[in-house]
This record gives sequence, structure tokens and C-alpha cells, in this order.
Amino acid sequence: MALLEVDNVHSYYGNIHALKGVTVSVEAGEVVTLIGANGAGKSTTLKTISGLIRPREGAVRLEGDDLSSVPAHAIVARGLVQVPEGRGILGRLSVQENLEVGAFTRNDKPGIAEDLEMVYTTFPRLRERRRQAGGTLSGGEQQMLAIGRGLMARPRVLLLDEPSMGLAPILVEEIFAIIQRLNRDQATTILLVEQNAKAALEVAHRGYVLETGSIHLQGPARQLLHDPRVMQAYLGA
Amino acid sequence: MPRSIQGRLGAAAASGVYGGLALLLAALVGMFEQFAKRPILAPLAGRGEPVTLDLVLLLGGLLVIGYLVARRSAGPDSIAVAKPVPELAAGLAGAAAGLVLALYVLTASRIDLTGILINAKPFLVDFLSLGGGAGPAGLARPVLAGLLLALAGAGLALLPDRWRPGVNRGLMAVVLLGTLQSVLTRQVDWVTQSRRAGGLVAAVVDWVYANKGVAPRGVLAILALALALSVGVRPLRAGLERRFRRLPADQQVRSARLLRGLRVTLLLCLLMWLPLGLGTYPSDVMDTVGIYILMGLGLNIVVGFAGLLDLGYVAFYAIGAYTVAVLTSPASGIGLGFWAALPVALLVSIGFGIVLGIPVLKTHGDYLAIITLGFGEIIRILAISDALKPWLGGARGIQLIPAALRIPLRRFPLVGTMDPQLQQEMYYPILAAVGLALYLAWRLRGSRYGRAWMALREDEEVAEAMGINLVGTKLFAFATGATMAGLGGALFASKVQTIFPASFNLLISINILVLIIVGGMGSIPGVFVGALALVALPELLREFSDFRLLLYGVVLVIMMLNRPEGLWPTAIARRELSSKEAPSA
Ligand SMILES: Nc1ncnc2c1ncn2[C@@H]1O[C@H](COP(=O)(O)OP(=O)(O)OP(=O)(O)O)[C@@H](O)[C@H]1O
Ligand SMILES: [Mg+2]
Repeated sequence: MALLEVDNVHSYYGNIHALKGVTVSVEAGEVVTLIGANGAGKSTTLKTISGLIRPREGAVRLEGDDLSSVPAHAIVARGLVQVPEGRGILGRLSVQENLEVGAFTRNDKPGIAEDLEMVYTTFPRLRERRRQAGGTLSGGEQQMLAIGRGLMARPRVLLLDEPSMGLAPILVEEIFAIIQRLNRDQATTILLVEQNAKAALEVAHRGYVLETGSIHLQGPARQLLHDPRVMQAYLGA
Repeated sequence: MPRSIQGRLGAAAASGVYGGLALLLAALVGMFEQFAKRPILAPLAGRGEPVTLDLVLLLGGLLVIGYLVARRSAGPDSIAVAKPVPELAAGLAGAAAGLVLALYVLTASRIDLTGILINAKPFLVDFLSLGGGAGPAGLARPVLAGLLLALAGAGLALLPDRWRPGVNRGLMAVVLLGTLQSVLTRQVDWVTQSRRAGGLVAAVVDWVYANKGVAPRGVLAILALALALSVGVRPLRAGLERRFRRLPADQQVRSARLLRGLRVTLLLCLLMWLPLGLGTYPSDVMDTVGIYILMGLGLNIVVGFAGLLDLGYVAFYAIGAYTVAVLTSPASGIGLGFWAALPVALLVSIGFGIVLGIPVLKTHGDYLAIITLGFGEIIRILAISDALKPWLGGARGIQLIPAALRIPLRRFPLVGTMDPQLQQEMYYPILAAVGLALYLAWRLRGSRYGRAWMALREDEEVAEAMGINLVGTKLFAFATGATMAGLGGALFASKVQTIFPASFNLLISINILVLIIVGGMGSIPGVFVGALALVALPELLREFSDFRLLLYGVVLVIMMLNRPEGLWPTAIARRELSSKEAPSA
């Protein structure tokens, strides 16, 4: 049984049928990526997993438990933590306060302090700026803060929505290196939503290609990276 | 973009016109007429009439215009902005302000305005023309006075930094002490009567004040004292700090802790002594201020911490007060004691908080404000209604509510022979309640819930994505705020002993909100500062109480324009301010 299962999910925005039977699974310790063009339904899939949107059909399961009647905030407490598209930094709060808010679902003070230290070690730039208002960070720093805040919840699966969006190439590289390191060194399980297919497939173990609400291709990341259909549509080759 | 000197002078003249209009407005709402009865400065050598508060405010206003304009055009040098001579700008502004007054004199002396403006009486023409009347003198005098006073203000503004704060504070202290003369002398009389130790204080007060107003020697003494304090204290403090820093680290920590302990103990002793030392009327004012602080701390949790704009906060105050009243007043026949009724009152407040909260907190922003506003009115209308009259007494309210405390204060050694009144006794439970609420607010702010409130205030969607239960967290804020208001209401009922629906109108909610805004949204010390500025001061200066709402409005507008973060801002507001100023450099 996979850690996280998205099983034949149909989600709607009013009458708009955004997800038409999406099935995705994530095993513990994996990096799985979900790639696709604008409007394919990637963010919708993550929102459905987090309980912000409820599927009309199908189910989301964590270790076999159906989450359909679990409220969104309790899903976070169970370890499905989303780093939203556009980062969602609390602009007027300091960097450290943002990180502390991330640990809201936890009550173990020593563990929280330990993770804070871990986040600052992973992102030394955040330590330098811990008293600065979150909104005054650069785009790349904000992304680091958003990921760090997600980690503060000690996620079982970290759901990243387009972490490379709007960043300069050099920063994109840095962010993906960090994702890889988090998975390798701390065994963080990650579901990575991306438009930057090449970079995503390079760090992931497995991948899914989403097109207009349904999965078109799936398989080991390396294999997808060399699949001619993927190369043509997403890798600009 | 550099602005021309002409442009700057034009801006200075415009500031003067606005200042003049503000003075005119104060005149037309009848402020000056009201203030004419309060002497501030005694005449030289005891002859003639004392200078009264109305003249001090008019001339002081012109002085302040010059001061502000000169400060603005004398600000730090920068290449981009061309600056006129500050004196020139200030003089222009003062003359412009005077011209506004002169134009009023010209108009009002020819056309009868009293039909439109009740306060446009002949007295005003005489007053604003500085005794010049309707003729050319009446036109020339205000302009000339504006010019000269603004120049004096500019002179003040251009004093070196070493002297300026002392002189400013001294001048303000003279006006304040003059205004408070009747309060202070009454106080001193009371102290000397009830105790022997008052002799020295009485002698000092007699020396500073003349029969009406501060005596000239008093003015000089106050100015000298303020100057000496501000000039003398700075090197003293710097020296002490240097000595302190030379101590070894562990000793620094220890002496800092000792100092803090000493300060807290002293403050507590002072707080305990205040009502006994000051007597009935000041105790009454402190009771009122205390209840406002209590409710301010509660509403600050709801509005400042959690960002939920609750305009019906007075409802919980009413619920606390009415519950205690019904349970303890002989009229209802239940006849509980205050302390037995208090827990019930708190539970009822929490209950209403939750019952109202569940449906309301699913709405956002403006809707929340409107619904809570309605709730506040519903509670008041229920209290006044015929349906509930058998229990709540309708418009006549509930009488004979027993006091919370009947302490045998007389037995304590320092109290002496005086006979403590209800207001003095009620001070103690109010003080305890404020202490409790302060502790709660402070602990909550640093807790997980404090952070959750901050997060949902900033962005509800993100807060939800962080695993924060929005409705539960908001409800917690609402219920905590309701409890503090309920406690305030219970103490209020027990203090005034008779309550009617009219004591619980919308204005109370507004007052508390305003004191939070003035103190600084979300700031705990700000609640105290706001309550002192907006409740204690007007309570002491009775003439102002007619204009309390007007002053609230003016204070709010000025605060929003110049200091939106409040008098004692939170770290967040300070950060925001500094980041706003930084990038332009
Ligand atoms: N709140 C909404 N109301 C209505 N339609 C929506 C809403 N949000 C998304 N949609 C629609 O659902 C579809 C999937 O959107 P989604 O945000 O999941 O795309 P995406 O794959 O994340 O795209 P991108 O890469 O641009 O972020 C789109 O057609 C979009 O227009
Ligand atoms: Mg998206």
C-alpha cells in the first residue's frame, strides 16, 4: 500500500470538470513529480489532496485511511503539508514567525526548536534574515521560507506547487538541489508539481504527465525524460 | 524630483490656512467659549485678569503652526529638495492662519451668522480679533499675532537638539498644570486635611499657583526644572550605562534582574496605595480607566491579535453587568453575593460569545463588522424591551446592586482615620482583574494560539494551509474577548450599583476600539496608553467632555495621517514602518 493514494479523483469548480479521474500514488521516501501545461489541473490535484477542494468521485487515502471526511486543517495535522503556488508568505510577520506558524499543528517544544535549527541549517540565508518581515524577502528567499515553513510541520508528504515559478535559472537550480537534498538526507517524501519538466524529472524518482484533467503518461522519471512525447511537448526538443 | 522654493512656500501658506481653519472650527463648535472659564497663567504682579485656556489655545495654536512648518522645512538636508528659510515659511503660515481668522471677523461682524452657526456669537468676533473689534484693528491684529507667534514657534523649532525637548516639555507642563489647577488643589486640600504629612506638598503647590492660574514664578520654576531634567539627565544616564556595561556579564544579568524586581515591587506598592492616597474622585476615575483597560485588553485580542473587527463588543459588557445585576440585586429575589454571581456572569458571557461566534465567524471582514454591530444593538434593545422588563427592569434598569468588596480598610495601619468609599474599595478588584487580563493577554500572545491568530489575521487561506482550524481559533479569540468584557461588566455593575440600558450603547464599543487604535493595534502596552490618553484625561478635564467625540475624531484623523501604527506600536507595525521608509533612501 502506498503512503499517499489519489484514486480516480474527479474534482469540479462549479460546472467546470477540472480533474477527470486522476490516479497518483506516492511511496514513502520517494520524490514524485506531476508535470503538465498551464491549466492542466496540477494545482487542483494538490488542493484536492489537501482537502481544500472535495472530489465528487474517487478518494484520497493516506496509509489507506480515506480523507474525504477529514477537515482541511486536520489533514495538515496528519502530515500532508502543502507549500502553495505563489508561496503564501505572511508578509508582515517576520521570517521566524512564519516558520513558527508552520509548526502550529505540533506541540512538542524541543522538537520544534530542533526543526527550526534544521531549517536554518538548510537555508542559512533565512537565519541571517530571521527578524526581517517575510514580505521584504526576495522571490528566491520567499520560496525557501515557504519550503522551510512546510518542513516545520514535519510532513509525511511535502506537497510543493511550482517552487521554481518566477525564479532566475541559477536560483531554480539551487531550489531543485535543495529538494534533492531534503529527500536524500532527511528521507522527506515529496510530491512535486512543476512546469519545468526537465529539472523536475531530473530530481524525481517517478513522474506523471497531466493533460487537461487526466493522466496521459506515467513511469520512472529517467524513462519519461527520454520519452519522445514528453521531449516534444515539455522539453522543447 | 526637486520642488521649487516657491512651491514650498505655497505649501507652507496652505498649511497655515488649514491651521487657521482648524482654529476657526474649534471656535465655531464653542470650544473657546467653554474654555474661557479656566485660568492658566496668573497675571504679572497680581494685577489684571488671568490668561485663560481659550487664549492659550488660540495663541498656542498659532505658535504650533509656526513650529510645525519650521520643523518641516528645516528637516535633514538633502540635495534633491530646495528649502526656503524656515522662518520665512513659518511666518507666512502664521500670517495665513491669522488671515483666515481675520476674514471670519470681517464676515461675522457684518452678517449675522448665528442663524446658521449657533456659536457665531459677538463674543467670537471680539475674541478672534484679539480685542480689535470689527474695524481695521480687528483685521490687522490676528494677522500680526499669527505672524509673530509663528515666528516665535519657528524660533522654538530651531533651538539646538540639546535644549528643544526640555523647553517643549516645560511649556506643555505649564499649560497642563494650569489646566489641572482645580483638580490638584482640591487634591492637596484633601491630603492635608486627612493627614499631617501633606504640609510640604501644600506649600509647594501654594508657591507654584497664584489664586487663579500658575504664578509667574511657578512658570519660571517649571521651565527651569524641565530644562534641567532633560539636559541633565542625558549625560547622567549615559554615564550609568557605561558603568553598567563595564560589569562582568553574570553581574549584569543579576543586577538587571534585581532592578526589574525592584521596579515591579515599587509599582505594585504605588498601585496599592493610589486610591487611599488620592481619595474618592481620583479613585472613581481610576476605576473607570481600569474597566476600559480590561475591555481594551479583551478587544485587543479579538481585533488586534486575530483581526476580527467586532463592533458589538459592548454586548458582552452588558451581558456581564446584567447577569451580576439580576443575580445579586434584591429586586429579582435571587440574592446571590457578587463572588457567587461572578462565575455565572463569566460563563454566560462565554456562552453568548460562542453562540454568536459560530454563525458569525464564518463571514469575513465587513460582514463580520456589520453582524456584530447588529448584535450589540439587539442586546441593548432586549435590555430595554417590555418583554424582559420583569427581569431586566426596562429603561429604568436594575438598582441596589451590592458592591463586590466591603474591605475593612480602616484596620490597615497606613489608612488612618479616613472613611474609605465604595470607589476606593472597588479599585482593588478592578486592579486584580486588570492584572489577570494582562497576564492572560501576554501569555496568549506568545502561545501557539497567539501565532495562529496572527496568521489568520494576515491571510486566512495560508493559515488554513498551515493546519489552523479557522472557526475554532476565531471562536477562541471571540470567547476570550467576551470573558474580559463580561468581567468588566460585572465589576461595572458592582461599582455603579445601578445599571440601565443606556449605559451600554454603541459608543462604548467605539470608544474601546478608538483607544486600541490610538494605542497601537495589537499592542498590549498600547491599551494602557490609549486608555490613559482617551479616558483618564477627558475625565479629569471636564470642559473637554462636551467635545470628547470631536476630539476622538480629530485624534483619529491625525493618528491615521501621521502615526497609523499607534502611540506604542507592535513589532510588526514598527517593522512595516521602517521598511516603508528604507527603500526611498
Ligand atoms: N477557482 C477556480 N474557479 C474556476 N475554475 C478554476 C478555478 N481554479 C482553477 N480553475 C480551472 O481549473 C483548471 C485547472 O487549473 P489548475 O489551477 O489546477 O491548473 P494548473 O495545472 O495548476 O496550471 P498552472 O501551471 O498554470 O498553475 C483550469 O482550467 C482553471 O481555469
Ligand atoms: Mg497551478
